[in-house]
Amino acid sequence: MIEVHNVQKSFNGNQVLKGITCTFETGKCNLLLGGSGTGKSVLLQCIVGLMQPDLGSITFDGTMFTNNKVQIRQEIRRKIGMLFQGSALFDSMTVYENVEFPLKMLTPEMSREERRDRVEFCLKRVGLENAGTKMPSEISGGMKKRVGIARAIAPNCTYLFCDEPNSGLDPLTSIKIDELIHEITHEYGITTVVVTHDMNSVIEIGDHIIFLYKGQKLWDGNKDEILNAQVPELKEFIFSSSLVRAAKKVDDETEGGLAAATTDEAINI
Amino acid sequence: MVKSFGEFLLFIQSMLTRKERLRVLWNRTMDECVTIGINSIFIVSIVSAFIGAVTCVQIAYNLTNPLIPKSTIGYMVREMTILELAPTITSIVLAGKVGSSIAGGLGTMRITEQVSALEVMGINSASYLVLPRILASMLMFPLLVIVAMALSIVGGYLAGSLTGAVSAQEYIEGIRTDFIPYNILFALIKSVVFAFLVSAISSFKGYFTEGGALEVGNASTTAVNNSIIAILVADFALAALLL
Repeated sequence: MIEVHNVQKSFNGNQVLKGITCTFETGKCNLLLGGSGTGKSVLLQCIVGLMQPDLGSITFDGTMFTNNKVQIRQEIRRKIGMLFQGSALFDSMTVYENVEFPLKMLTPEMSREERRDRVEFCLKRVGLENAGTKMPSEISGGMKKRVGIARAIAPNCTYLFCDEPNSGLDPLTSIKIDELIHEITHEYGITTVVVTHDMNSVIEIGDHIIFLYKGQKLWDGNKDEILNAQVPELKEFIFSSSLVRAAKKVDDETEGGLAAATTDEAINI
Repeated sequence: MVKSFGEFLLFIQSMLTRKERLRVLWNRTMDECVTIGINSIFIVSIVSAFIGAVTCVQIAYNLTNPLIPKSTIGYMVREMTILELAPTITSIVLAGKVGSSIAGGLGTMRITEQVSALEVMGINSASYLVLPRILASMLMFPLLVIVAMALSIVGGYLAGSLTGAVSAQEYIEGIRTDFIPYNILFALIKSVVFAFLVSAISSFKGYFTEGGALEVGNASTTAVNNSIIAILVADFALAALLL
């Protein structure tokens, strides 16, 4: 479990995070939802240690991360896997080498054969068992995201962070990536935090959703509750999506549960 | 400027703390030696051979006094090459080639979040990415300078012989006159200092790039400009201190 307590962050006097307190639950897909410029990515960067919050604390399973000793922060970081918005694959390495890289760096005691088995397992898990020899420039955006996921889970991460995993992908590929993240989270019982503004992701994988608005947490709950949330800013955000409006219309007509309005149904409209 | 210098020193410090394992550092340094050293041999060879040739022809053109022996041309080519042209001009050429490559490479890695990916994995990105580049530069620059010295003298020999400015025998006699071995050491010390300046300044500019492709280009240009200025200042300081 990751606990964020009263995290604040400003840039040149502009307060981007205004004292956010929230919890990311173990074994669940925790979604950080919000529009552009609401501080989602900044909060994520504070949590993974790429930025230092001005105030507040972050703990990983009870161990303090912020303002702790470098060694302890390093230990926590080595349990973190992250999928970046642009995948951030090392472009001088092949797909195989990208996935092998954290194993080589973080687990020097692993033999070459063990590493090979682990890399092959991870590539197979994300459906890229035949792409190992390709360079990142030779694969599609969706494949890059899959490689990013394989690289993140290769060293048996405890925490998985995904920064807008669907950005730049077509809807079908987005759904596949969402499903992959969801499956991996439940399969390995890891704590996953996904930054998104995609309502498809909310409906697909939102086990626990935190809605940010202007640097503050306005709401949290799960995907079954979100469509009935009585927060005006959240409602405005959700129903700005025509896809969700269409799904809601179908749902109202069929009198089904709101969460039962799947993306597939919405796509068929 | 003082702030930038302070940031530069902190950057160097961050690179030296939490270093990666020796084996990783060795492998990375050897990779960079190939990129920085082997891939620069061609341009260094061309530049130094022609500098030697031009120096020889121009000295011959200016040497009109019949009382001065023609072997002086060989002597002057050797002294100019070893003391100044080989280490300084080679380093300036390498500032353009290697410096821009380091700044551009690191800048691209920064804006495509590859540096952040390393940090999230718990790897000291400065130590992993920058230290091997600096070490490789400090290893390869002196070797390239030695190549440059040799080729400049050969270039002068060929130019002198082909144009008839000086005979082969007189040129060789000149380059063997009053040789001071310390000058070689001085040139190599200069090349190590220049290597550190070029690689560290370029890495600093590239590592802290923010923005997009335009900023990566700007970082490369600034890296080359600052490296050349640093080389010239250090050249003067070392000459004043060590000669």
